[in-house]
Amino acid sequence: MNSVAVIDYGMGNLRSVSKALEHVCPEASIHVTNDPTVITEADRVVFPGVGALREAMAELKRLSLDDLIKQQIKQKPFLGICLGMQALFDSSEENGGCEGLGILPGRARYFGQNRVDKTGHRLKVPHMGWSMLSLTRDHPMWHGIAPGSRFYFVHSYYVEPEQDDHIAAVCDYGGAFCAAVSATNVFAVQFHPEKSQAMGLRLLDNFMQWNGQ
Amino acid sequence: MALAKRIIPCLDVDNGRVVKGVQFVDICDAGDPVEVARRYDTQGADELVFLDISASHEGRDTIVHVVEQVAGEIFIPLTVGGGIRTVEDVGRMLKAGADKVGINTAAVADPDLVRRAADKYGAQCIVVAADARCVSQPLKSTSSGMLSHSLRAQGEPPRWQIYTHGGRRETGIDVIEWVQRMEQYGAGEILLTSMDRDGTKDGFDLELTCAVSDSVGIPVIASGGVGSLPHLVDGVKLGHADAVLAASIFHYGEFSVGEAKQFMAAAGIEVRL
Repeated sequence: MNSVAVIDYGMGNLRSVSKALEHVCPEASIHVTNDPTVITEADRVVFPGVGALREAMAELKRLSLDDLIKQQIKQKPFLGICLGMQALFDSSEENGGCEGLGILPGRARYFGQNRVDKTGHRLKVPHMGWSMLSLTRDHPMWHGIAPGSRFYFVHSYYVEPEQDDHIAAVCDYGGAFCAAVSATNVFAVQFHPEKSQAMGLRLLDNFMQWNGQ
Repeated sequence: MALAKRIIPCLDVDNGRVVKGVQFVDICDAGDPVEVARRYDTQGADELVFLDISASHEGRDTIVHVVEQVAGEIFIPLTVGGGIRTVEDVGRMLKAGADKVGINTAAVADPDLVRRAADKYGAQCIVVAADARCVSQPLKSTSSGMLSHSLRAQGEPPRWQIYTHGGRRETGIDVIEWVQRMEQYGAGEILLTSMDRDGTKDGFDLELTCAVSDSVGIPVIASGGVGSLPHLVDGVKLGHADAVLAASIFHYGEFSVGEAKQFMAAAGIEVRL
């Protein structure tokens, strides 16, 4: 039995994530939950989220999920999405600075209002829409993802990992930024696979089959 | 390669059914939101906008089910607007599966609603829908794709005001000041509709679109007036829009979303193909 816990801490559109997982893996049992037992017993964990990191961290602490995530992330295939990726790192520039879970070394930085493209046009923030990934390493999660595939992003902050070997893909928005990270059984993406049509579903399918190696 | 310009079909929903003559040749039920959404998804739509035009409370309740059904099957971003009055309305749509919620009339009546909703759910999901009319002088009809230079030639710079209630009620609010204020309040995106052009098929009001897009740091979706594929190109190239929204050219099967994207790509615009 393939079971997944989608961690529910009140931040964002979790229905889309669970529906997309159901779509790619109808036989799996998918739980949108904040119940520690369900999360602990699941074969895999998805950690989604949109919005502000400070509120997200406050909710995780209130629900006593912060320590549980730190413990569970060592044990099974783990997928972070968007804010769920940024929260894995030490800190963020958001709201004048706030702390993350500190599982991976690095921090989330603001795109800023002065980003320009190659022709000098000011880039809008949030970075909202479909951008191409450059995959920087082979990974089971990239199986069947064609080079140059576009994924749907919506974010104003991006992660800057301290260790380059954590970077699994980059994307360009007035300069390269980290779009995906991997560290043993942990994979995390800045974009929304649940909103990225066929290629996004492919990535979620890969996750459902990944053994975390 | 840069961020793709988005093409967004817009669907009007009344009492849970898509209205305004959606005519696909081989669709079983043209009024079924899931079928219509699926068709646009297959054609390569980058997002979908659902606009609830139900007059009654009962009718408006049905949009929640529409959103649930569509979000359960279509895995691209979904924006829902129409009848959003409170932070709770925003939350209900997000919970049903919407990714973004459009706020229009209620933002004018209570601008702080935008701030409260953005604080609670994040700027990324708050779209302020701005309906604009040119008020500096009677509208000059222009040939498609051309900026209306005649306005400037006559000395008066163009000005636009926000209108509510489907473009019927004037507010006296300057459009540029309004969108900048909404950006400060936490809007993540502006859906800009020219009420002068809406339904005319004369193309976007490019001066308006350009003025708004250049005055804010958040993405702007251009809407109102698309009657042909060159209009979409103009919206991006001359109007500086980050995304283009159209209804009738897609509904009546004149063009598919895929054809629109091919046309834009051939004009040198980056799109998701």
